[in-house]
Amino acid sequence: MELSTIVFYLFAAVTVGSAAAVVFASRLIYAVFALLFTFFGVAGLYVFLDADFLAGAQVLIYVGGILILLLFGVMLTNRIYDLNLLAERVQFLPSVVVVGAGFALLVLVIMKTAWPLSEGPSAASSTAEIGKSLMTTYVLPFEAAGMLLLAALLGASMLAGTGKGQEEDEGEL
Amino acid sequence: MIALEHYLVVAAILFCLGILAVATRRNAISILMGVELILNAANLNLVAFARFTDSGFGGQVFAVFVIVLAAAEAAVALAIVLNIYRNYQMVNIDRLDSLSG
Repeated sequence: MELSTIVFYLFAAVTVGSAAAVVFASRLIYAVFALLFTFFGVAGLYVFLDADFLAGAQVLIYVGGILILLLFGVMLTNRIYDLNLLAERVQFLPSVVVVGAGFALLVLVIMKTAWPLSEGPSAASSTAEIGKSLMTTYVLPFEAAGMLLLAALLGASMLAGTGKGQEEDEGEL
Repeated sequence: MIALEHYLVVAAILFCLGILAVATRRNAISILMGVELILNAANLNLVAFARFTDSGFGGQVFAVFVIVLAAAEAAVALAIVLNIYRNYQMVNIDRLDSLSG
């Protein structure tokens, strides 16, 4: 067995195992920290797929941004000193049956389909290629994503704010 | 050389675990984590297909946009969850049924 194959299985095992921990963890805070390893595992798989820019973006945005947000969410919406913060669970057995059946179907399709394989783009520098295509072919979605992020930023700060500053502004007017 | 199917199976497992988290957890933040797992599975599929077919870098660019959308979604959703907590002192989505008739 080659070394790269072993490393691939290691990353896949980390990803899948920690994702299972996210779903089955008994405490919410454990689930958030398991999600950290899932994100790192997926970033490792991106490296295997010659997507170095995406691997970096995954670590920066998911681990550095979304995970921190989720941690803030957990700590602000639950009394953190309440360590027996059990993540309650409903309709567990029916869900497992349905999801298991769906997974079996997915694996069957993946294995039975004759994928039209061919060698992908050269792995020289995906970062430069992504940058070029964002400024040429995909410039409209790029700008739309910029507008979306601005709207999300304003909306999130409006929703999460206490509204005190707003009332003062209205009072001055 | 790792075959395409390996990546697809890993992504399928991630997707199913994400669905399981959304279906069984009742805490709003747990459900958000399930959604993140699902988005990661979709991204993994996109990047794998971009690597193993001659579709250029379109798959990777699409994955970048998915990451952007996930970030925006997480920010807005957590702001909503914080507001729910402020008003109801809990984030169990089964008990947020004041609009149900």
